[in-house]
Amino acid sequence: MDFTLSKENEMAIQLFKEFAENEVKPLAQEIDENHRFPRETVDKMAKYGFLGIPVPKEMGGQGCDVLTYVMCVEEMSKVCGTTGVIVSAHTSLCVDPIMTFGTPEQKEKYLIPLAKGEKLGAFGLTEPGAGTDAQGQQTKAVLDGDEWVLNGSKCFITNGKEADVYVIFAVTGKIEKRGKMMKEISAFIVEKGTPGFTFGTKENKMGICGSSTYELIFTDCRIPKDNLLGKQGKGFNIAMHTLDGGRIGIAAQALGLAEGALETTIEYVKERKQFGRSIAQFQNTQFQLADMATKVEAAKMLVYKAARKKDEYVKNPKTSYSVEAAMAKLYAAEVAMEVTTKAVQLHGGYGYIREYDVERMMRDAKITEIYEGTSEVQRMVISANILK
Amino acid sequence: MKVIVCIKQVPDTKGGVKFNPDGTLDRAAMLAIMNPDDKAGLEAALRLKDQYGAEVTVLTMGLPKATDVLREALAMGADKAILITDRVLGGADTWATSSTIAAGIRNLDYDIIITGRQAIDGDTAQVGPQIAEHLNIPVISYAQDIKIDGNKVIVQRQYDDRYHVLEAQMPCLITALSELNDPRYMTPGGIFDAVNAEITTWGRADLKDLDDANIGLAGSPTKIAKASDKVRKGAGEKIVPDSVDEGVDYIVGKLTEKHVI
Repeated sequence: MDFTLSKENEMAIQLFKEFAENEVKPLAQEIDENHRFPRETVDKMAKYGFLGIPVPKEMGGQGCDVLTYVMCVEEMSKVCGTTGVIVSAHTSLCVDPIMTFGTPEQKEKYLIPLAKGEKLGAFGLTEPGAGTDAQGQQTKAVLDGDEWVLNGSKCFITNGKEADVYVIFAVTGKIEKRGKMMKEISAFIVEKGTPGFTFGTKENKMGICGSSTYELIFTDCRIPKDNLLGKQGKGFNIAMHTLDGGRIGIAAQALGLAEGALETTIEYVKERKQFGRSIAQFQNTQFQLADMATKVEAAKMLVYKAARKKDEYVKNPKTSYSVEAAMAKLYAAEVAMEVTTKAVQLHGGYGYIREYDVERMMRDAKITEIYEGTSEVQRMVISANILK
Repeated sequence: MKVIVCIKQVPDTKGGVKFNPDGTLDRAAMLAIMNPDDKAGLEAALRLKDQYGAEVTVLTMGLPKATDVLREALAMGADKAILITDRVLGGADTWATSSTIAAGIRNLDYDIIITGRQAIDGDTAQVGPQIAEHLNIPVISYAQDIKIDGNKVIVQRQYDDRYHVLEAQMPCLITALSELNDPRYMTPGGIFDAVNAEITTWGRADLKDLDDANIGLAGSPTKIAKASDKVRKGAGEKIVPDSVDEGVDYIVGKLTEKHVI
């Protein structure tokens, strides 16, 4: 097995580290405190091509591999979980399905500006009654002449009010599957500003507070017939495919958070003195850090492996990366929660104070066990695969 | 317009300088980076590319490992990269270095040559002006702003408490300060292209009009008696508080942040 990174990947890490340190880290605490979307960072990321990393150059992207994209989310998340998820939701959940399932016209109109970062993307699947159970969808789309008419709402949408282009799922009919009547789900591209498309509540969250999380409301929202993404009735497959990729992005976010907390804690324990010596000299600290570092490294291997598997998929669409993505997300998210919690503990009282980064990192880490498929869903995906 | 930017791979001195027992720099123990003044010079050249469509060539002299900074420059947007490398060129002081680089530049067409003011590993600020002397072209050093007007450059030269505005006919050489600008980042796509880009490599045989007496260690009149890390005294941070209490709070906050108290 080859664990060496390519020269491209090494240089990309250097780039993302520098950018994260200079442009992202200085804002992390403030955007968390004020629940402010870091528009200026998004504009800078757009300028340097961070919003279209795995997209071919002819489609406005950077023409890089999935691993480079994953490294971008990882490095941003090391210093700011919010910035990591902005890149991940945009790239994995909006750019990717349009790149994979879009028509040439849709790619021209939506993919190119998204990959260039001129527009920001979002993804709307979750509804109040349909989280893990996608069949619980209530949002409907009805064809009326040359237009689809959308009615319903989506909740917990990342990049909510800040995005320009949304991939939205809605029920377009009923189909019989294995003797049971099931909802037929289709995917659509909806632009911000379309009459009938409005925003509801802004969520007040525990973590990733700079991320814009909104309810989307569709009331007789008419979109062109051509904005159907993929074939009618293939929405569930598109959603599952998209979430497989999204999980690699969130796994990278979780990995970054864990690494960031570990690095911060290593610095802290060397400086913090108790009983006349640095707390790094206590064996408890050393053993805790050893466990944290080992788990972070294991998570990294799983996340990078999933990214490489998706790279294989790009070359050969018969390749599945679903299980690798589920394992990476499950493990990295749980490691993120464990490592950030231990980081707070090793910081003692200071770890509980807002001014210390590990406090924010611990709050940011929790969501990685929940969104884009809870840890329980990942276990379902993995076990279904090994028991089939 | 053709612009040549001379860049140097230097040890990152941010974490302090490390020496071998014989007093020479322990380069292996320090990260290698593009010299900050050179990076500002490259950014200035890339802005000329953005504004006037200039073609930017980066050139360095060093070990084959110095291709790393050339690739970084390509990933930032430079068009061509040239490495001058040869065992006989090793151990060069500023005189031998400038003689060698000037010989390399004689192989190229150019309107402007930009170098950094000085490299953080030597701090001499001699190589740029020496190259200009070898090539018999004007030099403007310590540039903090560069503009083009027809066939001349208009440069603000930093000078203690003021700056001078100087004009020079092209071709000319400009030495850049790191304060000149904020260099752009690489782009991910630029990196992927740069890694596969061809880098022109020249050895001694490719350099014309160059006397062997002026190259390498033997051609270096400088003899280093002793090298040491310079003791830098930071500029410090000045604040003007509205009240004594505010000032005290600020200082206490800083000391707490650094776990001093």
